[in-house]
Amino acid sequence: MSLQETKPLTGRIEEVGGVVEFADYVAGGGYEAARKAVTTMSPADVISQVKDANLCGRGGAGFPTGTKWGFVPQGDAHDGGVKYLVCNGDEMEPGTFKDRYLITYNPHLLVEGMIIGAYAIGAEKAFVFLRGEYHTPKQALAQAIADAEAKGYLGKNIFGTDFNLDLRIHSSGGRYICGEETALLNALEGKRAQPRTKPPFPPASGAWGRPTIVNNVETFCNVPPIITRGTNWYRDLGITDDCGTKIYGVSGRVKNPGLWELPIGTTIREIIETHAGGMQDGFKLRGLLPGGASTDFLVEEHFDLAMDFQTIRAAGSRMGTGTMILMDDSICPVDMSRNLQHFFAQESCGFCTPCREGLPWIEQLLLDIEEGRGKPGDLDILDQNAQYIGAPGNTFCLHATGAIEPLQSALKYFREDFEKHITDGKCPYK
Amino acid sequence: MSEAMQPKQLVPVLTDEEVAEIEHEIAHLPDRESAAIDALMIVQKHRGWVSDESLFAIAKLLDMSAAELDGIATFYNLIFRQPVGKHVVMVCDSVSCYVMGADQLAQDIKSHLGLEFGQTTEDGNFTLLPIVCLGACDKAPTMMIDEDLVENVKSSDLTEIFARYV
Repeated sequence: MSLQETKPLTGRIEEVGGVVEFADYVAGGGYEAARKAVTTMSPADVISQVKDANLCGRGGAGFPTGTKWGFVPQGDAHDGGVKYLVCNGDEMEPGTFKDRYLITYNPHLLVEGMIIGAYAIGAEKAFVFLRGEYHTPKQALAQAIADAEAKGYLGKNIFGTDFNLDLRIHSSGGRYICGEETALLNALEGKRAQPRTKPPFPPASGAWGRPTIVNNVETFCNVPPIITRGTNWYRDLGITDDCGTKIYGVSGRVKNPGLWELPIGTTIREIIETHAGGMQDGFKLRGLLPGGASTDFLVEEHFDLAMDFQTIRAAGSRMGTGTMILMDDSICPVDMSRNLQHFFAQESCGFCTPCREGLPWIEQLLLDIEEGRGKPGDLDILDQNAQYIGAPGNTFCLHATGAIEPLQSALKYFREDFEKHITDGKCPYK
Repeated sequence: MSEAMQPKQLVPVLTDEEVAEIEHEIAHLPDRESAAIDALMIVQKHRGWVSDESLFAIAKLLDMSAAELDGIATFYNLIFRQPVGKHVVMVCDSVSCYVMGADQLAQDIKSHLGLEFGQTTEDGNFTLLPIVCLGACDKAPTMMIDEDLVENVKSSDLTEIFARYV
């Protein structure tokens, strides 16, 4: 069995032993999926194949990709206007480093996935929204786009058909909120990246008011193998009910931090112990954020769970981006919470009061507790305000909700640490 | 912004090269204003930062008000509305780097350069800024100097690292 059959996203990188250049990509069967889709399949067929594969969005929300594509009005837009396809490559979720890897090492896989996606929804204009700090990935992607254009895989009359696609890179000016789908579209339009009201959702009215699909980098990378190898193969890759592979990552005090493409549903313990090499000597694992800074803490009782969307949701957290951040026993949960809330307070776009005012206030309260100025009752205030700020619907987008997830779970699982800070009037970790 | 505050002679503040690069972006977009962020980043690439004069000139070129453009410029942390040093040092303060000792590293970098966050060295060589997660968490702690990602940063390596940028 070839590596690409078990690792459709990264197998070619391993085979080549580094960056997959255009010639390497084509030699490994690259662009055959796009050719097949564009020359032999109808857009509706492509969408139904992605639906049947049960590909779920890899940006964190896990929404079924084929279903999302199906929301776009089929065929030519009735008013003759354009549709847009956008790749969310604004990888800013703290602790997440998978898209950088995919774009840098296998950029043609992303380009090919976007060609297929654009064909499926009838878009002739596509953008990759890329982090401003991602200079190396940008070079790799720009080269890949230029190579694909030179071969006629992008541009006019792709594969000799009447399908055209112009693919551009937008380098972001910064800010985490750009990862929010509608804020990203405002940024793409050159505006302040403030989230938009929903509905309408982007498939109905997105970039410049036109039907738009936004998908994550890893999501697009799953599309070419689904077209080439079929839905049965794809569904069988997963261990649990979710399908395909997932790029899992581990950061923190393990022996071998990194990324691994594994069957979706691999257990947390296997990822940490087998792939990340276990904890460094002298450090014990206390808890982890399973998929980025905005996901709830999981603790010892969860470590044998499968890392998939449903299982982690049932445990009260989210798989998110699948790149976990480990908290070892040398880390103070109060101070780590302060670090997390500092990030979310700083990155609030400032539009909604609970988020703009509430998050800095929570950060300050956590700093007070950490530095020994905590008072009895402070934890009740944190609990209460976590509810006010975090409840979906109290703010325009899910930034504040995401901010509160690690806080509420830290208060639940590490409560004795918070209480000890207040009763002792100091941080026991210092 | 009244017409009087955007005199036409400010447009030539932009070089032909800058204007050409901005027009190239505009050509791929539905309208001129949509190139606002691209235009600011292009001018910053050439000049290091976006001065008031540059801002007025870009606004004129994009056919939008300078006030609106400044609202955009000040929203984004990678667009500098103040002069920065020759090299911009951005130290990750997000959670994976935090777990791997980024707070102490930031202190050591501050002492090494003699700067607080937001300050520039007297010789104008370095500006020090915090940055959010740089997406290299398996190689934490990290920082970015100009366009170079520096991974697994150790306090003992700072002298050698910064010597490359003198």
